[in-house]
Amino acid sequence: MAMNTITNILAARSQMSVSLAFHIVFASIGIALPAMVVTAELLWLRTKNQGYLRIARAWSRSMAVFFALGAVSGTVLSFELGLLFPGFMRHAGAIIGMPFSLEGFAFFTEAIFLGIYLYGWEKLKPWLHVCSGAIVALSGLASAVFVIMANAWMNAPLGFRFVNGEFIDIDPIKAMLSPFGLHEITHMLIAAYMSTAFAVAAIHAIMLRRNPGATVHRKAIFIALWFAVPCSLIQPLVGHYSGYQVAKYQPMKLAAMEGQFKTEEGAPLRIGGIIDMDEEKVKYAIEIPLGLSILATNSTKGIVHGLEEFPRVDWPHPIVHYSFQIMILVGAILFIAAAWILAGSLIRQASLHAFINDKLSRPAMAKFFLYALVLCGPLGFIAIETGWIVTEVGRQPWIIYNVLRTAETVTPMPGLVFTFVLLTLLYIGLALAATVIILRQLQQFAAMEKAAQNGIQHGTA
Amino acid sequence: MGYNMEPLSITPAEIIAGVILISLIIYSLSGGADFGAGVWNLLAAGPRAEKQNELIAKAISPIWEANHVWLILALVLLFTGFPQAYSAVSTALHIPLTIMLLGIVLRGAAFAFGHYDPNRDENQRWRRVFEISSTITPVFLGICIATIASGNLKMSGDIPAAGFFKPWLGMFQFMVGLFTLAVFSMLAAVYLTKETEDSELQNDYRVRAIGAGIAVALIGVIILSLAPDILVQSFKTPVMMITLVSGWLATLGTLLTLWHHSYGLARISAIIQVTMIVAGWGFAQYPCLVVPDITIDSAAAPDLTLKLVIAALALGAVILFPSMFWLMKIFKFNRSGY
Repeated sequence: MAMNTITNILAARSQMSVSLAFHIVFASIGIALPAMVVTAELLWLRTKNQGYLRIARAWSRSMAVFFALGAVSGTVLSFELGLLFPGFMRHAGAIIGMPFSLEGFAFFTEAIFLGIYLYGWEKLKPWLHVCSGAIVALSGLASAVFVIMANAWMNAPLGFRFVNGEFIDIDPIKAMLSPFGLHEITHMLIAAYMSTAFAVAAIHAIMLRRNPGATVHRKAIFIALWFAVPCSLIQPLVGHYSGYQVAKYQPMKLAAMEGQFKTEEGAPLRIGGIIDMDEEKVKYAIEIPLGLSILATNSTKGIVHGLEEFPRVDWPHPIVHYSFQIMILVGAILFIAAAWILAGSLIRQASLHAFINDKLSRPAMAKFFLYALVLCGPLGFIAIETGWIVTEVGRQPWIIYNVLRTAETVTPMPGLVFTFVLLTLLYIGLALAATVIILRQLQQFAAMEKAAQNGIQHGTA
Repeated sequence: MGYNMEPLSITPAEIIAGVILISLIIYSLSGGADFGAGVWNLLAAGPRAEKQNELIAKAISPIWEANHVWLILALVLLFTGFPQAYSAVSTALHIPLTIMLLGIVLRGAAFAFGHYDPNRDENQRWRRVFEISSTITPVFLGICIATIASGNLKMSGDIPAAGFFKPWLGMFQFMVGLFTLAVFSMLAAVYLTKETEDSELQNDYRVRAIGAGIAVALIGVIILSLAPDILVQSFKTPVMMITLVSGWLATLGTLLTLWHHSYGLARISAIIQVTMIVAGWGFAQYPCLVVPDITIDSAAAPDLTLKLVIAALALGAVILFPSMFWLMKIFKFNRSGY
């Protein structure tokens, strides 16, 4: 590959980062929200309570907006692989095209049944309608599985031999089964459900604060927590397994995540702190003795490889360390919140329903509970973004880990800065517009609920 | 070149190339018409302008996302089956592909926003974005296709030999861009005649379809006269002759049936016409994926990859076609005339 300028390489990487940073949010909501909508519709069919139906219909309108954004931003990515990194796709296409082809069909199924679901409320029997929604949720999940398989391969590649700059003996099936697949897929999917669910709970917590009489929001929070709580409780375990795999296959990334400069037996776990690249250490961190060795190797005597073992020019950006710390902090907060809700629902109350009603029955407690939910709202997405930075910025300077460097694959097209700025502005604009539209949808929903309440009061008076 | 006298054998690479062509034909027939509908939204006029826009929104809402996936499928099959071709095309056509991509993003986002924004005033603004991006995107799609077929796109190593502008800036490429726009608009207008029972609305789209159909024929003649020699040579093969003749007959057929208000027949004729146009492009540049240097054979991924993708396609088709049929049955077949 001809030599490329540093600016162009940086612009290509930045454009890909921005594209993924937006897509990962749109797609996560697009995966998780259908499952929640279908749950609401099922509850309506079982209980015949109209509130659940109104929730399902309101959420499905937001789902349509996010699905469209997920679809177009995903289209951008499938073009950008070639527009920005043609040298990558020339080699990798034959190896990891397989999961992308399967993803194509999953996406097809999702788009078809989304059309049926969104526009079929009056045209289909209720059970057929619910089934279409379930297919949307499942095929969205399948899409994510296939796409993450490809990313797992970039991080822990296999299924080929790299000889004299050529990829030979390609085995696409083996390439789909990267040792990074299992944890990346589970970690990402759980993150998608918990982030979306906490965000939905937060939105309805705000609406409930404004209109405490609207029981429909309690139902919405009930469904959201039903997704958020189990996911938040399992996520740290999956996270631990992820760290274990990273330590095994990408010791340089683990060292960057943890700020481990020196190779150490019985390494401590560092919490917080500031990285000093000159002195090559983490300052002001709280150190838990032996913590990192236990987490990364399951042994107090385990050796953790430090950055010193790797060429300094290859070290990942320190943002990897800070992002990792933020992700862990968010995970811990959401775990505690979920544990509190679970304990309350199982021990003090008979059910999640009873727990929510109990908390809302006392004004001071209700205020605390709802504010806590509002605070948790954006946290999941912060964890998704930071976690993704850890995985992908931490993968640099490799596009195929330890095989092919990102810089070698960038397009020779000059002036990529221009498209990078253009696309960034476009995405910011789209995200703002989507936010405004979702807010308007919520206002409309709140107003309709208010009108319905007043109608009931007038009717009984 | 004449006949190949060897026993008929199709390689896995040719099967995938064939599926890419079929995907692009279906994309033109479905997704292409959705772009065309955006054009008619822009040109909605007269006493029934508002009714026209409502009809368009109703016709494409449930299906446009699914229609869009045909393009993704073609793209994914290209980079899996022919990574070298994908890499060359996306390097050399960086600029027109990026513009097309921005159009795709704006079209999709604006349509969804306009449809789901409860604020009616804002809807108008999103609709304008939807209309303009629906008009620009097909032109650049056509320009990209024309450049691939023109023989201008040569790579020297990893860099396009003629730079990043010259290969796609030309009269032939621009005319194919306009042609794509005219074809998509014609298709949309023909379909829309069957989406309503209001005879005045039907006639609005009949007139528009005839106008677009004449434009298709005229630009078609210009394109054939501008076509580079490397493509003209292929016209003498029997397959190309059949495709060209049936394409022109169908063009005539679409116009005549529209003239006689036979909307059902017009739709069939337009579908044949567009199929022949896209297939004709494919046959004209066979066996090249990118004329003149990159062929199906030279760019093909290893056999194992190709065979696995074919297996995935077979599996996918079992799920895809019944689902697609059900979608159309719910939203399209229940209407009059179907």
